[in-house]
Amino acid sequence: MSSVAVTKKKGVGAVIWDYLTTVDHKKLAVLYLFSGLLFFAIAGFEALLMRIQLMFPNSDFISAGTFNELLTMHGTTMLFLAATPLLFGFMNMVVPLQIGARDVAFPFLNSLGFWLFFLGATFLHLSFFMGGAPDAGWTSYASLSLYSPGHGIDFYVLGLQISGAGTLISGINFIVTIITMRAPGMTFMRMPLFTWTSLISSTLILFAFPPLTVGLFLMLVDRMFDANFFDHTMGGNTIIWEHLFWIFGHPEVYILVLPAFGLFSEIIPVFARKRLFGYSSMVFATILIGFLGFMVWAHHMFTTGLGATANAIFAVATMAIAVPTGMKVFNWILTIWGGSIKVTVPMIYALGFIPSFVAGGVTGVMQATAPLDYQLHDSYFIVAHFHYVIVGGIVTAIFASFHFYWPLFFNRAMSEKLGYWTFWIFFIGFHLTFFVQHFLGLMGMPRRVFTYMEGQGWDLFNFISSIGAIMMAIGVVLMVLNMLLSIKSEPLNCRDYWGDGRSLEWALKTPIPFYNFKQTPLVRGFDPYWIEKQEGNPEGMTYAEPLGDVHMPNNSILPLIMSIGLFVAAFGALYHPDGESWSVPVMVIGLGITVLAMIVRSVKDDLGYHLHAEEIIEIENELYGKGGNK
Amino acid sequence: MSHDTEIQGRSQSQYEFDRRKSAVQMRKQVINFAIMIFLTFVAFATVVADFAPTFIKPVILLLAGIQVVLQLYSFMHMDDKHAPFIGVISTFVWVGAVIAFTFFLAFNTIIWW
Repeated sequence: MSSVAVTKKKGVGAVIWDYLTTVDHKKLAVLYLFSGLLFFAIAGFEALLMRIQLMFPNSDFISAGTFNELLTMHGTTMLFLAATPLLFGFMNMVVPLQIGARDVAFPFLNSLGFWLFFLGATFLHLSFFMGGAPDAGWTSYASLSLYSPGHGIDFYVLGLQISGAGTLISGINFIVTIITMRAPGMTFMRMPLFTWTSLISSTLILFAFPPLTVGLFLMLVDRMFDANFFDHTMGGNTIIWEHLFWIFGHPEVYILVLPAFGLFSEIIPVFARKRLFGYSSMVFATILIGFLGFMVWAHHMFTTGLGATANAIFAVATMAIAVPTGMKVFNWILTIWGGSIKVTVPMIYALGFIPSFVAGGVTGVMQATAPLDYQLHDSYFIVAHFHYVIVGGIVTAIFASFHFYWPLFFNRAMSEKLGYWTFWIFFIGFHLTFFVQHFLGLMGMPRRVFTYMEGQGWDLFNFISSIGAIMMAIGVVLMVLNMLLSIKSEPLNCRDYWGDGRSLEWALKTPIPFYNFKQTPLVRGFDPYWIEKQEGNPEGMTYAEPLGDVHMPNNSILPLIMSIGLFVAAFGALYHPDGESWSVPVMVIGLGITVLAMIVRSVKDDLGYHLHAEEIIEIENELYGKGGNK
Repeated sequence: MSHDTEIQGRSQSQYEFDRRKSAVQMRKQVINFAIMIFLTFVAFATVVADFAPTFIKPVILLLAGIQVVLQLYSFMHMDDKHAPFIGVISTFVWVGAVIAFTFFLAFNTIIWW
């Protein structure tokens, strides 16, 4: 079996093959992390280009058309292809370890989810080289996107359809994993907060992605086969797209922010060295935010003319979300309060997160006030608001977690000193960029404009904002540099790198073997590793079973082949309206590849293999020296 | 764990107990099936009897709702109290239903388009 070769040196080809076929949640986490980082960098670069264009009035650094493409791709990429995979990376890495599982419930689907996302994302980005990117904003409102020339919107529709399928598959996988794969004793109310928020956010994915799929499908049919779902001149209705998009789109922001909340709920108790304050109210607040997230979509559409009743109801529902979110903020503050605080890089991100996120939340409640929203709508105030929430909430969580979980991922630590530099440069840059945009919005600067005239009082604030954007870019470069430098650092080979870990993932010694737990742990309470440490247990966990054979899944290349099939078929679908003769054969070949791979998967039984107890002992000896994980 | 899987034969009394249980279940399924046929008949009947549309529409929707619940509980085994994670499954189904119903209600009452 493959087990013995795990720690031996392998050739480059073997390593690449291993990553292409892997179904191991830790390796998929690494893939998610780096592809997410890649798209984060691309989208960040797009933002930088836009800020350079807006640095001075009447600038002609980039053209109006290019600016539209950049703003569309920046938004689409950041939400679908950067934040989502980065958070999925942490979920993949941490959730199975936190609940004491050896892998996710469906390792094959986990791999399929990743490859669908990655190839969908690649497809979308190929638009830059193949006749122009989508240019109707990340919301792609039908009244605009139906009339967008070229293939940009088709890339958007097909690319998001493929990557959305991947996200949906991964979401379902996490729901099943968290519900069915918890170690003995890990009841729902003993689950760490990050596992809870992953569960709720996966549930939101389950309920929110189907409306997007339907919307994208209708858009596809409208654009490619001249249907008229969204064309009002033919009896369609362009508002239907807005509703479908926002029924998906509003939960989407909670899909992203809930895992970020969960990450901070892990980080803060570790460095405050105190149990998380108000655990059950945190769980309740998470569920409530998830539920209310579905009840407020129309607040993005106050100015479309829904009528006073609808606006009033959705305004009140939106304001109601501030209540559970406020509960969370107070719980974090009260966790820190009176703790024996250790300031580290993850903790300083957490400390920066709380005021930044609250600022974003407060402007959110301002926009929930429908009459005021008529003033703020489509101005830079909106831009400032959602960047405060997304950068202040999600990106800080991701950066903090890079530092926090790096030892689990790679058995290396990132530099603290460079981490502080990164934090301060990024954090100051972030506030410089977006704080002044509130005022730009109030002064009347509309969002999504590629330039502006001088003498309107916008020049200085735009200049400041662009300087901030450059600082943020420097921060990200330093962060990547820090990651690269960590390769050269010494392997840690330790357990509980931060010294105050509380949940199960810290009870494992790094490097974590591919089967995670040689024996399934027995969870005796909330914060199981903390309990074991208090009782002086040197092994970090009580075991629920004797050392025995472990059942593990086999690697498979099929997920990649299935995804490539859809990737190929998407090109056929894209060029079909042009009357290309090869479009139908390409579609048939692509879908054929996918269906064939699915048939192979269904017909050929793959029952995995058993890792014997002797092999486990051998691996442990090799990883941790004589005596194994002691 | 696969290595400690136990295989047990069924005793005579266990066999008889299972048999009786299946008989009860069968009866329940047949009764539910009859109810559903009847409800479908009522739905058709309201149309054939030429009632006012304002009456027919809500009645048919109501009957459809009842049918969905019957379908879920009797034929899709949501009434099986001992199935693993049945509580979680019910929660998911009902939360999904509530959310979908909210959209339906909102579009039909407060949202103009």
